[in-house]
Amino acid sequence: MIRLENVSKTYPASARPALDDVSVEIDKGEFVFLVGSSGSGKSTFLRLVLKEETPTGGRVHVAGKDLARLSHWKVPALRRSIGCVFQDFRLLPNKTVFQNVAFALEVIGKPSSHIHKVVPEVLELVGLEGKNNRMPDELSGGEQQRVAVARAFVNRPMILIADEPTGNLDPNTSVGIMKLLDRINRTGTTVVMATHDAAIVDSMRRRVVELSQGRVVRDQVRGVYGFGA
Amino acid sequence: MRASFVLSEIGIGLRRNLTMTVAVVVTVAISLALFGAGLLIREQVSTMKDYWYDKVEVSVYLCGEGSNSTNCNGTPVTDEQRTLLQNDLQATPLVEKVYYESKQDAYARFKEQFKDSPDLVQNVTPDALPESFRVKLKDPTQFEVVASAFRDRPGVDEVQDQKALLENFFKLLNTLQLFALIIAAVQIFAATLLISNTIRVAAFSRRRETGIMRLVGASNLYIQLPFLLEGVLAGLVGAAFASGAIVALKAILIDRLLKPNFPITAYVGWDAVFAVLPLLFLTGMALSGLASFFTLRRHLRV
Repeated sequence: MIRLENVSKTYPASARPALDDVSVEIDKGEFVFLVGSSGSGKSTFLRLVLKEETPTGGRVHVAGKDLARLSHWKVPALRRSIGCVFQDFRLLPNKTVFQNVAFALEVIGKPSSHIHKVVPEVLELVGLEGKNNRMPDELSGGEQQRVAVARAFVNRPMILIADEPTGNLDPNTSVGIMKLLDRINRTGTTVVMATHDAAIVDSMRRRVVELSQGRVVRDQVRGVYGFGA
Repeated sequence: MRASFVLSEIGIGLRRNLTMTVAVVVTVAISLALFGAGLLIREQVSTMKDYWYDKVEVSVYLCGEGSNSTNCNGTPVTDEQRTLLQNDLQATPLVEKVYYESKQDAYARFKEQFKDSPDLVQNVTPDALPESFRVKLKDPTQFEVVASAFRDRPGVDEVQDQKALLENFFKLLNTLQLFALIIAAVQIFAATLLISNTIRVAAFSRRRETGIMRLVGASNLYIQLPFLLEGVLAGLVGAAFASGAIVALKAILIDRLLKPNFPITAYVGWDAVFAVLPLLFLTGMALSGLASFFTLRRHLRV
């Protein structure tokens, strides 16, 4: 589903590469933790998969497509097959829960009838039934992140990318979000999650890819956060 | 493409940036009104040329008692010379018609022209006025050919082209048109910068929305269209105001003020005005559309 072959990325302003000769293959339906300290290259990894950045060396394949050969105007189609969740939720403050999720479908031109059918379904899936008309600032952090997950998943993407989705949440709330991501993974969606949260990684027992200074230093099938942790 | 979504985005954008939008509309309106006025002045000049060139004549003044040009040598024109001149003028292919104006005719016209100044008329006798041939040319621009052929003929005092007098007036109008177009160009430049700034501010104030749109895979067109249409809409409203100004200019300045008070000439008609209006809308649309497009390319990368 996602394959990086000897990928390097050096940002113009810095001498040290953000990713240095990274090769990782992630299969369909996998759940992968991407761990490592700040600046280890996790975010660059995710941005390459979204084609928000282009690698300075190597190849990136996503969903069977070579991103280097994907023309500019086909990038939106790629992103439609990838859902994204972030640490800071990125909800629109002037739209309700329903409108926030519906926005993701409106802007890719889905008809109104389809939106009114699938948005309530996905809101129920993330456990927000009955909160359609709440504004984001009326919700707890955990609920806001659930809205963000609903928005990322409403178009049923093949891949879900989560960049420290529990970074702003307390441990109990985080567990709820992880259960939700796990449930989404069980529907066949590939989940790639960058995180600092050792407790979550240790409890989930999923594949762990550790990056350090832009290199893959560990790739374990049923891993924990760190050897010493 | 969902029209309702795009329309609501445009509405939100325009309301959020109301003061900037007003500035854009005003600048576009002024620049297009001046542009339109410039075009109408050109139309006016050509209308007047058609009107006047049809009427202007070349005057071939003949020698009289008091003529002091070297050609006359102080002797009045003889009957023989006069007949010869008339025949030759009539035989010239460039000439359409030749009228003879005697001293008496000239005096009658003089009296009519200066009937408001009796003192002047009292001091002039028919003898003091020159007799002349009034020559109408097939092509008024060919004056020099006729003038050079007859200027040195015996009995000819002076060849005068009425067109030369009009040319000065047309020059004035052309200068006026040039100024209108220069100011219009400067204003259009300012309008372009304003539109580009407005779009930039709009793109910045909606960066959260556009960021999410990019992320969920909205196409370029979907992300940029609301901004583009916002700019074009502001340009069209500006063009509408400019058209109103041009119509008012024609209805009030020309039809109400100039036409009744200066009926001596023809003025641009409504057909010319209606020919200019679509041009204003087209320019307004192209101007704002292009300014928006290039701003978006720089500030709203996907």
